[in-house]
Amino acid sequence: MALLEIRNITRRFAGFEAVKDVTLSIAAGEFFTLLGPSGCGKTTILRMIAGFDAPDEGDILLDGQSLAGVPPEKRPLHTVFQSYALFPHMTVAGNVAFPLEMANRSRDEIRRRVAETLALVHLTDKAAQFPHELSGGQKQRVALARGLVNKPRLLLLDEPLGALDAKLRVEMQVELIALQREVGITFVFVTHSQQEALALSHRIGVMREGRIEQCDEPDKLYTQPTNRFVADFVGRINLMDVEVAASSKVLLKLKAAGLGEIAATDPRPIAVGERGAFALRPELIRVFGHRESADLKNRFEGRVKELLYLGDVTLYKVELQNGFIVEALMPNAASGRAKFHEVGDPVAVCWRQDAGVYLRN
Amino acid sequence: MPKLEVMPAAPVDRSKWVVTLPPTLFLLAFFLAPALIVVAASLREPGEFGGLAPWPAHSFDAYRFLFGDIIYLEIFVRSFFVAASTTLLCIVLAYPLAWLIARSPARRRDLLVLLVILPFASNFLVRIYAWIMLLGPANLLYTPFAVIAGMVYVHLPFMILPLYTNLEKHDPALLEAAQDLGASAWTCFWRVTFPLSLPGVFSGSALVFIPVLGMFAVPELLGGTGDILIGNLIKEQFLENRDWPLGSALSIMLTVAVLALAGSAAWAARKGLHGTEAVT
Repeated sequence: MALLEIRNITRRFAGFEAVKDVTLSIAAGEFFTLLGPSGCGKTTILRMIAGFDAPDEGDILLDGQSLAGVPPEKRPLHTVFQSYALFPHMTVAGNVAFPLEMANRSRDEIRRRVAETLALVHLTDKAAQFPHELSGGQKQRVALARGLVNKPRLLLLDEPLGALDAKLRVEMQVELIALQREVGITFVFVTHSQQEALALSHRIGVMREGRIEQCDEPDKLYTQPTNRFVADFVGRINLMDVEVAASSKVLLKLKAAGLGEIAATDPRPIAVGERGAFALRPELIRVFGHRESADLKNRFEGRVKELLYLGDVTLYKVELQNGFIVEALMPNAASGRAKFHEVGDPVAVCWRQDAGVYLRN
Repeated sequence: MPKLEVMPAAPVDRSKWVVTLPPTLFLLAFFLAPALIVVAASLREPGEFGGLAPWPAHSFDAYRFLFGDIIYLEIFVRSFFVAASTTLLCIVLAYPLAWLIARSPARRRDLLVLLVILPFASNFLVRIYAWIMLLGPANLLYTPFAVIAGMVYVHLPFMILPLYTNLEKHDPALLEAAQDLGASAWTCFWRVTFPLSLPGVFSGSALVFIPVLGMFAVPELLGGTGDILIGNLIKEQFLENRDWPLGSALSIMLTVAVLALAGSAAWAARKGLHGTEAVT
């Protein structure tokens, strides 16, 4: 049985639906992420799970029990707030002890658990300090410790890394994964950063305008997006408008205006003449000199319009004959990559038949 | 030439003086000087028809008299009791109101604050006379109750405003966090809202307690003969008994008492805030 079940919840605010008929099931021990742009309803869902808000329709169940009417303080789950919301008048230890005190734990147990949890987040030496004396990363750890100390069934995290600078954020991501593995508590994480979601989660629900667009493991989400929005939101991608020219079993021929036919694969039965989009990750494209021949099914000629040398990789923007600009990412470490294609060079972009994905409109 | 590098700092120093000099001079002339005059007056002899006897007649008679009669101590104690009760009542009455205003939507907040300070638009004495009209028919006039009711009425806005200013700044996420971590509404208040509002409570208390100590109009108009406070006593020495040295000595004792109290309260507050937190 799933630990948390969200059944057809809808939430309306003054004439607009913030959450529309969302159904989700989260397993015990899972690191689940709600990913989406701001205003997509992900925080509203989190607040409804925490109990600060209630769905207008539908139900939320924890361990098979409906949470309807259960106030936040009675729910066996804790939240890590984006602003951390540390109590400024309490020390680090006081903050971490708070949920244990609320649960009426004995003094000895409180002392032991606070010490354990502070050790877990490497803050033992900061126990007697006040929040305003800590750095952003340290405050973040205190907030995590406070959320974890009483071993909730579920830990809700509302963009907890949003206020940190880029380098610290990556460090904290690594720590979060390790921490979640160590404590084994189910995490429901909310973020607008696709990189963060991909790096941290077991499963990601991508949201747009109150709906879940796709809910999958990170690699599946990345390699097999089911619609344009997900393809575009998660990672860098080339999206081309196409029409289905032929479909047989797994092979698909797609027609792109002014370009010709693209060979792709798709196991679904798809009608000829259907319109959709062809999605292709930049790192799956090879860029060759226009005279070089490649043993790849798809080969289109174009001209380098721009290039960005990024150190480990180079990003080429190649203008195809139909005016479409395709982005290709080439590793610089590969042998024979010493020579770059320059801006204006005629080149050929090639990719394998199974590299891209056809997306139905 | 060698001194050139100090030049840029000079205009800043000078402008600092230009800005701070007028208020400094004002305080020296109208606060420190009168205070010293009062100290000097307390050490001189009363004049035959009021005022002070001509220099160099001087004595410690005023202080000897003050410490020689238990009645002065009683009045001091009563005054402190009235001030403390007024302050406490003001906290109890002002807190829910300040909290309510702080929780109101932004536009209504301004209106409510305006309503709190609106009584200042009418004359203080007129408002006290209104209390005579209210308390008279209820047979409460000229009682200790009347004095405290009047004191609370007059000073309530001075408690509401600092409390409101403090409560308004509280981050609502802190209460959500407390609730999320298992605290009931009551616990949220005592563990989060109240401790964070203490600076507001302290400044409101100072704004109520100290003026109440020196207030003479309220006890004079609403209180009975047994309700006189230090303020009345001091006023009497100057206007009726014509004993300026005694009035001055009483003023000095009052100032010293208030400073000692405020000082120890500030010390205790600082000590207490750090003390309770170091436990966990």
